Amino acid sequence: MATGPSGSPSATLQVEPLAGPVMLDRSGAAGGPARTGGIRMFILRRVLQGVLVLVLVSIVVFAATQALPGDPARAILGRGATPASLAALREQLHLNQPVVQQYLTWATGLLHGDAGRSLAAQEPVSKLLADRLVNTAFLLLLSGLISIPLSVALGAYAALWRDRPFDVVTSLLTLVLAALPEFVVGVALVVLFATTVFKILPAITLIPPGGRPWDQPVAMILPTLTLVIAVTPYVARIMRASMVEVLESDYVEMARLKGLSERLVLRRHALPNALGPTFQVIAINLAYLAGGVIVVEYIFNFAGIGGALRDAVANRDIPVVQALAMVIASLYVVLNLLADIGTILVTPRMRTKL
Amino acid sequence: MAVVSQAITPEVLTTRRPTGALLRSALGLRRTQIGVGLLLLILAVVLLGPRVAPHDPNAFVGTPSSLGVPGALFGTDHIGQDVWSRFLSGGFTILSLAAIATALGLILGIAVGLVAAYSRNFLDDVLMRIMDVILAFPQIMLALVAIATVGPNPLTIILAVGLTTMPRVARVTRGASQPVVERDFVAAAEAIGVPRYRILLSEIFPNILSPLLVEASLRLTYAIGVIAALAFLGFTAHPGAADWGLMIQENYIALTVQPWGVILPVAAIALLTISTGLIGDGIARASAGIDRTRGAG
Repeated sequence: MATGPSGSPSATLQVEPLAGPVMLDRSGAAGGPARTGGIRMFILRRVLQGVLVLVLVSIVVFAATQALPGDPARAILGRGATPASLAALREQLHLNQPVVQQYLTWATGLLHGDAGRSLAAQEPVSKLLADRLVNTAFLLLLSGLISIPLSVALGAYAALWRDRPFDVVTSLLTLVLAALPEFVVGVALVVLFATTVFKILPAITLIPPGGRPWDQPVAMILPTLTLVIAVTPYVARIMRASMVEVLESDYVEMARLKGLSERLVLRRHALPNALGPTFQVIAINLAYLAGGVIVVEYIFNFAGIGGALRDAVANRDIPVVQALAMVIASLYVVLNLLADIGTILVTPRMRTKL
Repeated sequence: MAVVSQAITPEVLTTRRPTGALLRSALGLRRTQIGVGLLLLILAVVLLGPRVAPHDPNAFVGTPSSLGVPGALFGTDHIGQDVWSRFLSGGFTILSLAAIATALGLILGIAVGLVAAYSRNFLDDVLMRIMDVILAFPQIMLALVAIATVGPNPLTIILAVGLTTMPRVARVTRGASQPVVERDFVAAAEAIGVPRYRILLSEIFPNILSPLLVEASLRLTYAIGVIAALAFLGFTAHPGAADWGLMIQENYIALTVQPWGVILPVAAIALLTISTGLIGDGIARASAGIDRTRGAG
C-alpha cells in the first residue's frame, strides 16, 4: 500500500458532489465551541433550520411569478388576450393585491393544502396532483428500497475484495455509470429492453386514472431500474471508500487479532462504522432522485409529479409550477434533515460533539 | 465541508504540488488518458462536424423516419431531415452552454467559498446559509422554474445552471480553504499588509487548486447532463435547430422504426459525460497520489 490509511478513500470522497454532510458542518465549522444541548436540541435546531430554508425557498418560488417581465397575466395569456380574461386572471392570481399580501395569501393557502387553481386544467392544483403524488412516492420508495441495500452491499464487497476482479469491475462500472445523466440511462434502457434490441418490457408506464402503480409491476421495472442505476453507483463508491478506511483501522485489526471470526468482525465492527458517512450520502442521493424523477417520468410517460412539472412548464401553468417546486423542494429538505439526524444517530462519535 | 477538509489536509497541504505536476501525473493514469481521448473525439465531432456534414441540418432529404434514403447514411429524422448531418451539427449548443454555465458557477462559487472561509465571522454564516437555500432546489427544477417564468433562452439556462452550480463549488472551496486560512503564511501576508483580495487570490487560491480541478470536472459533467436533459424535455432556445438533447426527444416516438436518430445523440452525450467523469476521477486519484505505485489505472 503506497499511502497511509486515508490515501485511497480521500480520492473518492473529494469527488462527491453534494455529498458532504450538507448541514452537519454547521455546529463544528461555523466557528466557536460546539453548542451544547444533546440530541434533542440538535434535532430541534435542525428542524427549525429546515423550516427557515423552506420559507426562503417559498419566497424564491413565489418571486418566480413576480419575475415575469411586465404584466404576469399578459405574459401567461399572450398578446391575444382580451381585457376581460386578463382581469379574470389577475383576480385569480391575486395580482391586484400588494406583493407581500399576495405572498401571504399563497403561502397560507399552501399550508392548508390549497395551492390555487391550475391555469391549464381549470381545476384545483391539489386535486390534480393528489394521485400523481402517490405514484411518484411509490416510484421513489421502490427505487430507494432496491438501491440502498444494493449499493451498500456492492461497496462493502468491493472494499472487502479490494483490487480483486470484483472490485476492479464494479469500480470501473460505477465510475462510468455515475457520470451518465438519468435520461441517457432511461433512453438506453428503452432501446435495450423495450424497442430496438429486445422487446421484452413496456416502454411506457400506463397508470389509468384512479389506478395504482403497484398494479402495474411489469411497467414499473424500467423507470425503477433507471432511478436505481442513477443512484447506486455513487453511493456504492462512497461505501467502498468508507469501508476501505474502516477495514484498515486499528479497531478492526484489534478485533481480528483477538480472534473474532471474520463474519463477526465485519458485522459488529466494520459495517456499522462504515455506514455512518454513507448514510448521509444515501439520503442526499435519494433527495437527488427528487430531481431525477422529472426526466424519468417524462421518458416513461409516468403519471407522477415530475412529468406534471414538465408539462406545467411547457404550458406556463404557473400555479402548478409553484406548487410542484414547493413539493419537490420540501422533499429535498426533509430528506436532508433525516440524513443529518440519522447520521448523528448511527455515529456515536458525533454525538459526543453535541 | 467536513469530509473534504479531512481528505485534503494530509496530502495536498503538506506537499504543495504545482498544478502542472498534478495534471502530468493525472495524465499518467489509464482512465485519464481514455477520458481525454474521448473528450477530444467528441470535441472533434462538435467542432469539425458542421463542416463535414453532407447536408444542411435543416434540409429535407427524404420521407420522415426512414432508413433507406439514398445519401442519408443513418436515415432521416421525424420530419425527413438527415440524421447524420443533424448529429454532426447538434453538439455545439449543449457543450458551449454547459462550459459557460460551469465557468460562471465556478467563479461565483470560488469567490463565495474563499470569502466565507477567510472571513470566519457572521459573513461566513450568512453566505453559507444562502448557499443552503439554493441547494434546496434540485438543479433541473430551478432551471425549469426559471424557464416557466422567462422562457428557455440561452441566458436563462446559463444563469439557472450557473447559479445552482455555485453553492456546490462554494462548499468545496470553503472546506478546502479553511485549513489554509489558519496557516502561517496567511498570517504573515496579513502582517506585512497585503490587501485582502490578494491574500485570497495569491495565497489561498493556489493551495486549493487540486480539489477545485476535481470539482470543476464534476460540475461540468452535471451541467452537461442538466442542459442536455432540458433540451430532451423540449426546452431549447431554438426549437428547430439541431441539438443532441432535442434530437432524442423528436425521434423518440419513431424509435422502433428509426433508432439512429435516438442512438447517435444518446451515445454522444454518454461519451461526453463519461469523458469528463474519467478525467475528474483521474485528477482526484493523482492528487491523492494513490495510483502512482499501483498500476490499477
